[in-house]
Amino acid sequence: MSAAPAYSEDKGGSAGPGEAEYGHDPASGGIFSSDYKRHDDLKEMLDTNKDSLKLEAMKRIVAMIARGKNASDLFPAVVKNVACKNIEVKKLVYVYLVRYAEEQQDLALLSISTFQRGLKDPNQLIRASALRVLSSIRVPIIVPIMMLAIKEAASDMSPYVRKTAAHAIPKLYSLDSDQKDQLIEVIEKLLADKTTLVAGSVVMAFEEVCPERIDLIHKNYRKLCNLLIDVEEWGQVVIISMLTRYARTQFLSPTQNESLLEENPEKAFYGSEDDEAKGPGSEEAAAAALPTRKPYVMDPDHRLLLRNTKPLLQSRSAAVVMAVAQLYFHLAPKAEVGVIAKALVRLLRSHSEVQYVVLQNVATMSIKRRGMFEPYLKSFYIRSTDPTQIKILKLEVLTNLANETNIPTVLREFQTYIRSMDKDFVAATIQAIGRCATNIGRVRDTCLNGLVQLLSNRDELVVAESVVVIKKLLQMQPAQHGEIIKHLAKLTDNIQVPMARASILWLIGEYCEHVPRIAPDVLRKMAKSFTAEEDIVKLQVINLAAKLYLTNSKQTKLLTQYVLSLAKYDQNYDIRDRARFTRQLIVPSEQGGALSRHAKKLFLAPKPAPVLESSFKDRDHFQLGSLSHLLNAKATGYQELPDWPEEAPDPSVRNVEVPEWTKCSNREKRKEKEKPFYSDSEGESGPTESADSDPESESESDSKSSSESGSGESSSESDNEDQDEDEEKGRSSESEQSEEEGEKKKMKKRKKVPEGQREGSSSDEGSDSSSSSSESEMTSDTEEEQVEPASWRKKTPPSGKSAPAPKEISLLDLEDFTPPSVQPVSPPMVVSTSLAADLEGLTLTDSPLVPSAANFQLCTQTRQFYVSIQPPVGELMAPVFMSENEFKKEQGKLTGMNEITEKLTLPDASRSDHVVVQKVTATANLGRVPCGTSDEYRFAGRTLTSGSLVLLTLDARPTGAAQLTVNSEKMVIGTMLVKDVVQALTQ
Amino acid sequence: MIHSLFLINSSGDIFLEKHWKSVVSRSVCDYFFEAQERATEAENVPPVIPTPHHYLLSVYRHKIFFVAVIQTEVPPLFVIEFLHRVVDTFQDYFGVCSEPVIKDNVVVVYEVLEEMLDNGFPLATESNILKELIKPPTILRTVVNTITGSTNVGDQLPTGQLSVVPWRRTGVKYTNNEAYFDVVEEIDAIIDKSGSTITAEIQGVIDACVKLTGMPDLTLSFMNPRLLDDVSFHPCVRFKRWESERILSFIPPDGNFRLLSYHVSAQNLVAIPVYVKHNISFRDSSSLGRFEITVGPKQTMGKTIEGVIVTSQMPKGVLNMSLSPSQGTHTFDPVTKMLSWDVGKINPQKLPSLKGTVSLQAGASRPDENPTINLQFKIQQLAISGLKVNRLDMYGEKYKPFKGIKYMTKAGKFQVRT
Repeated sequence: MSAAPAYSEDKGGSAGPGEAEYGHDPASGGIFSSDYKRHDDLKEMLDTNKDSLKLEAMKRIVAMIARGKNASDLFPAVVKNVACKNIEVKKLVYVYLVRYAEEQQDLALLSISTFQRGLKDPNQLIRASALRVLSSIRVPIIVPIMMLAIKEAASDMSPYVRKTAAHAIPKLYSLDSDQKDQLIEVIEKLLADKTTLVAGSVVMAFEEVCPERIDLIHKNYRKLCNLLIDVEEWGQVVIISMLTRYARTQFLSPTQNESLLEENPEKAFYGSEDDEAKGPGSEEAAAAALPTRKPYVMDPDHRLLLRNTKPLLQSRSAAVVMAVAQLYFHLAPKAEVGVIAKALVRLLRSHSEVQYVVLQNVATMSIKRRGMFEPYLKSFYIRSTDPTQIKILKLEVLTNLANETNIPTVLREFQTYIRSMDKDFVAATIQAIGRCATNIGRVRDTCLNGLVQLLSNRDELVVAESVVVIKKLLQMQPAQHGEIIKHLAKLTDNIQVPMARASILWLIGEYCEHVPRIAPDVLRKMAKSFTAEEDIVKLQVINLAAKLYLTNSKQTKLLTQYVLSLAKYDQNYDIRDRARFTRQLIVPSEQGGALSRHAKKLFLAPKPAPVLESSFKDRDHFQLGSLSHLLNAKATGYQELPDWPEEAPDPSVRNVEVPEWTKCSNREKRKEKEKPFYSDSEGESGPTESADSDPESESESDSKSSSESGSGESSSESDNEDQDEDEEKGRSSESEQSEEEGEKKKMKKRKKVPEGQREGSSSDEGSDSSSSSSESEMTSDTEEEQVEPASWRKKTPPSGKSAPAPKEISLLDLEDFTPPSVQPVSPPMVVSTSLAADLEGLTLTDSPLVPSAANFQLCTQTRQFYVSIQPPVGELMAPVFMSENEFKKEQGKLTGMNEITEKLTLPDASRSDHVVVQKVTATANLGRVPCGTSDEYRFAGRTLTSGSLVLLTLDARPTGAAQLTVNSEKMVIGTMLVKDVVQALTQ
Repeated sequence: MIHSLFLINSSGDIFLEKHWKSVVSRSVCDYFFEAQERATEAENVPPVIPTPHHYLLSVYRHKIFFVAVIQTEVPPLFVIEFLHRVVDTFQDYFGVCSEPVIKDNVVVVYEVLEEMLDNGFPLATESNILKELIKPPTILRTVVNTITGSTNVGDQLPTGQLSVVPWRRTGVKYTNNEAYFDVVEEIDAIIDKSGSTITAEIQGVIDACVKLTGMPDLTLSFMNPRLLDDVSFHPCVRFKRWESERILSFIPPDGNFRLLSYHVSAQNLVAIPVYVKHNISFRDSSSLGRFEITVGPKQTMGKTIEGVIVTSQMPKGVLNMSLSPSQGTHTFDPVTKMLSWDVGKINPQKLPSLKGTVSLQAGASRPDENPTINLQFKIQQLAISGLKVNRLDMYGEKYKPFKGIKYMTKAGKFQVRT
């Protein structure tokens, strides 16, 4: 800022680290130059206690860094301030550290402890920024510390910190690639993360660290596809390009059986365009119709990817649109690729740099799939204000798009371009005309005439370029064009551009039979000016001479020898060599006659006409949209786009082990079709679901999974019995149950589980048939019962039952259910392995936090029963006993984000101590903490799985107004708890 | 991904450098200067320059080159898009993006860049979030900061960063709640010598300025959504809703943003609101040429055409022009050979014209091309495609916002070949 003038002659960035090392030795500092005195005042400012001075100094230092000045000698003074309270100073110190730590590793170590402390900070922003800086200072010594920090942050509860951890992975990898294995573990863990925030960053890390470990993606493939639309733009680009590669290895080529379509590819293209115009719906229909026409059936996962990326063509970010476009180009069936054209054409409205890149890709695509861009031909018309590089690319595209039908318009357009002031562009246009002429036979003569007219252009460059192009065109049908060759021969007097002269000479030599009289004359003229010509022209003069000598040796013998003699003493090796070679060949000495007999064949062999090709041909072996494609050279770190596999790899690797409760509810869903909450999981479990169709296999799979899920909640019979007891006890003892009792009961339940399971599994074979029959019998009942649960639940509030029981278990139709007498039935019901764990995984950004009930049915020989287990607030809690002081201390640690406060009014009924305590403990399994004041209630608990503290404070005024505060590291739990407690208290 | 960023002004000075990984010596920019020299004009510098160890990707805006240094394969548009986002962010922060402004705010610039990328991968690029992390400098804040010692740096993680609406900050409060939408359409056209249209298309954008308290949920519907052929959205727009109902439903970012850009399908004939009559001829015999252009309205739907500016790049052989306009002012720069005529409003009763002679270099041959004429104009209160907003509704908040919609048609790349 203001520092600019004072430091303008600081020593530049050239000062090496060694020099700087000297500098910060205070003893030697003064000797060197006045620079150090200047820096002295900065050092003083940094040493003061005043934040404003420090800030000012840091700003000046950062300004120096920004301008590329060396500020490394200030390192010791700056590093001291790493623990500064002022957040802006701190930030600037971080900036400085990251810039210079690499050069001053020893001193940088002083700051590490500060970051380590920061990693434990309750504020997620501070945790994240500590990790960011820690991982950014490239000091190899701290690799283990970084590794540890990354691992810890990868399981942080804040997605923002996890994102930072993902960013840190490639940093550590570039510092020490030996850590790869450990880092891959972290990546694997983060890939499983369900938040959109993390997805992009971790895929980035994956691409940098272990792009070859494609197997890590299998399990996350469907999730990534589904999350894609909500990921931020940058992440989308990275994920899409990774998925393109993935799809190439896992799915079959959608075009492999395209031979059927090949007969009329044009029609297919038009078809897709028309479909687009009609609307997105019909496009889908076309896609659906496609597989029926041929044996190829697209993998549903392949389809999922195409479907989920398509909306992103509407993104505002050019990079995303391009990424989707390349994905479609490489992965979609031919008929569907058309959709990307419109979006790509839209990008042409953007900045010129974007246009440049997009046009390069369009040029490549338009060679392979011309039909796709044909409707947008006019969008590629050139404006005089376009930069030259854009003009030339557009020209390339126009040439690629030209065909029999549109060539008149294209040529008319080219005519305007030829009159442009931009000569490079004119030259490119002439070449483009040449290419059109070679590709489209019908217009060859028109083009040739046009080009011949250009020969009278005043601009020599234009003429020269035309000559070169005409030469190539004439080679295709020389016989008819004696006139043009004559015309060209006359030009040799005027044209000075070497390339053009050489072209004319070659033409005359090659077709000297068509112009028998002019050719020797041209040689005469050229012989005269031989010494003054450019090398390339001289070579062609020798060629011309040789060819004439062979066809018309009478007239040209002397001339030829003259030219060859001149060439013999030329300065250029090539020309001397060529002359010597030619002489031996056409004017043989006594010994070497063998070759000379064939000289005519050698020189005047019919030559194949040149093929004028786009320079963009075959560029599509690079992944489109990549840097390598743009440069047409392999860039460092480019990941080759693999070819489609011959045989599709096992698609089941992508099947995610859907948590059992989801599967269970899926089954439920099959019966009651509308249940929006699970709509997403349908895709995930897709292929496995086929097993559901017949009851036999269903029961089998169910029983298997239940035995897998070992924990207490899952078995059927024991739970039922238990349930009964529970209910009864609950009613009789009227909620004055102690926590211990609850614990005991849980224990009891656990003990019972194995029994029930054993029973269930042993009777499997016997009861299979009975269960299926009973199911069919019961269908009518099912209908009624399904309606019931809702009303039933409404009647009994969730907190009404035994407080310590972690789950609310509701049984229906207990009246005629006689547990002991019932023979154990085969399909034991299925619940999640541990609901608690599932819920823990939920985070802020995840879908609804409403704990959903796990519904299942019990089948007995006579009846079916519906059971619904609904967990309260996200996690199980156990009470903790602590003193008031301990409580206050812990509460002090959990402030800020971890504190949730809610105001409420207590109804008269619940103002007494007793009621309040009862209601709170009924809602959450917390222990009461003694408290000095009478209207304050404190409770403490600990979550069972993570062991994090949950503190609850209720400040109740005699008037009824109250304030509820919950402190917990788990924000989700805190919010839910507040809601539930408030609900319980106000009822 | 992105290793370093260099900002280079038009005279070739590197006035800012920022490194996200190890330091890359600024000598790498020599390759860039070489390419710049070869290109002669700034916009002809290739956006991607390969060097032995690095790749230089650059964008040129506001007379500044933003040169990113990368080392490994990365989609070039990713970097280019990011660089443009950087420029947009600077513009958003400081009002203008120019060398002096960046130099004056170098610390803020540096802090912003630090937040935008982490290890070369974009971290926070939404300006709403950045502004919470690092507050843009205002005169008032500078004064307050000097007195109170508070800082420009926020100490809380912007809530947007974590929520599902990362583009909007929370806790927005306004006393006047307003939402303005500008429908701006640009006509891109190439007009033939004879006045017939070679190509014409309409590109439109809807720019919004939304200052609403809380978390409003807006829906915007059109009278004739079928007109929109191809659209691209701000991430806030719910795509599904658009697909099924052709309604824009979104939670807007706070402040100015581009809600939507669209393309009107080529099938609809584009109304060209102006015509240009021209008579430009150079004669071989004399060193004088004739020059005459007249601009007139057509198909304007009763609206006046304003802000008309005619520019034309004359051929190199032109020495000078002596012209007299019937209205407005004109200039001719004999060095760049650029003719510019600021016409102003077009009065249909008295059409503006510019007549005179062109003097050519003595001895030089007649230029064989005629200059193309570029046209700029504006028409207020008209969307030339006929697009109309039907209604704007707000849900989620209780107050009544003030709503406004403005239409405008402009010339985009409007060229007349002569």
